[in-house]
Amino acid sequence: MREISSDIITQTIAQMCIDANHHLTPDMEKALINAGESEISPLGKQVLSQLRENLKIADEDMIPICQDTGMAVVFVEMGQEVHITGTSLYDAINEGVRKGYTEGFLRKSVVGDPLERVNTGDNTPAVIHTEIVPGETFRLTVAPKGFGSENMSRIFMLKPAEGIEGVKAAVLTAVNDAGPNACPPMVVGVGIGGTFEKAAIMAKKALLRPAGEHSDIPYVEELEKELLEKINRSGIGPGGLGGRMTALAVNVLTYPTHIAGLPVAVNICCHVNRHSVREL
Amino acid sequence: MDKKITMPLSKEDALSLKCGDYVYLTGVIYTARDAAHKRMYDALRKDEALPLDIKGQTIYYMGPSPAREGRPIGSAGPTTASRMDKYAPELLDLGLIGMIGKGKRTQAVKDAIVRNGAVYFAAVGGAGAILSKCITSSEVIAYDDLGTEAIRRLEVKDFPVIVVIDHEGRDLYEESQKQYRID
Repeated sequence: MREISSDIITQTIAQMCIDANHHLTPDMEKALINAGESEISPLGKQVLSQLRENLKIADEDMIPICQDTGMAVVFVEMGQEVHITGTSLYDAINEGVRKGYTEGFLRKSVVGDPLERVNTGDNTPAVIHTEIVPGETFRLTVAPKGFGSENMSRIFMLKPAEGIEGVKAAVLTAVNDAGPNACPPMVVGVGIGGTFEKAAIMAKKALLRPAGEHSDIPYVEELEKELLEKINRSGIGPGGLGGRMTALAVNVLTYPTHIAGLPVAVNICCHVNRHSVREL
Repeated sequence: MDKKITMPLSKEDALSLKCGDYVYLTGVIYTARDAAHKRMYDALRKDEALPLDIKGQTIYYMGPSPAREGRPIGSAGPTTASRMDKYAPELLDLGLIGMIGKGKRTQAVKDAIVRNGAVYFAAVGGAGAILSKCITSSEVIAYDDLGTEAIRRLEVKDFPVIVVIDHEGRDLYEESQKQYRID
């Protein structure tokens, strides 16, 4: 049995919230640079160059990349041999979010009740997804999610007969409807299969995969490439102002599903596809 | 075409702007987003005065991150304008002349833009760090309790925006997507 103190989890989460909001992962930076080279629209090129400059300023001057520093989505991969000492795991994570967002000058964007809408003042609670795995691993991922793109995400409960063409149409519908609202160039996370909620969580998780990497399943890899090409023919372009670079990546995850169903979730992320990963 | 414009926007300037123009704004603009719009809307329902005279002013749909010490503001990029579509036509009819945000607008907003000779600008979404450098001062003037959603008076210098919907109702998003789409 391995023991991990809740204090360490809190400190780590706080730092991860700050890191994720100021520095993109190298794969995302590279994807933006590549997009700048491939874009043919002059205005699109200008937007992409502004975004690259924005990343530089965010990094050097410690100004959040985007003012929407997101709702903190936290994935925990926890070995079944791990025991948390101190407070509960969820309290430790929320305390870390509170600390990170307060001390790190991050925006507090969470309301305590979806209809009464009073800001909680410290960006808690986080949305926490836990996964129990064998062994003593303890892996945290913090993925602050902005809502410009979250609002444009969709779930489709397709009929099995609609097949792969139905899946493609669903993804393209979501992306076209999102258009300029989702701050393109986007990253598109897709979850196919499972149940209603499983598809949505897969779509969110798919956003964590490094841009440029593909699924291990050959037909899924083909699907990702085809969808990316089709999305980039839409004309939406950087900032939605026209061009070829509408998406930087399409990442698909799949899971077994029911004989009667074909759930497809499309979680759209803007170009500020943030995440910080740490293993304790 | 690149233009430099002094804020508040004059009627003549608003009418001179064309869909696709790249414009640098210098002067005073105000921020308001979802919660502030709802309060203004509720105030109007009760025949109460708005917390600012919006006649001839421009609203930037933006809620900043907190400022670090010695800086006027934190990250300060645009939020999605369509959430303000419910409120915008009434404000335009009351004299609001400019809006800065990102994303599509409804036909009702476009009609109000045309009717009032107003303009909708987009700033680049997700470029909050670089845009904050064009804001020289920020002061909360109303609804302080709303935190990031309070109404702020901003002074901006060469703040870069693009005209998306002009007074003729042309829409850059629609026109440019058509131009680059491959069927």
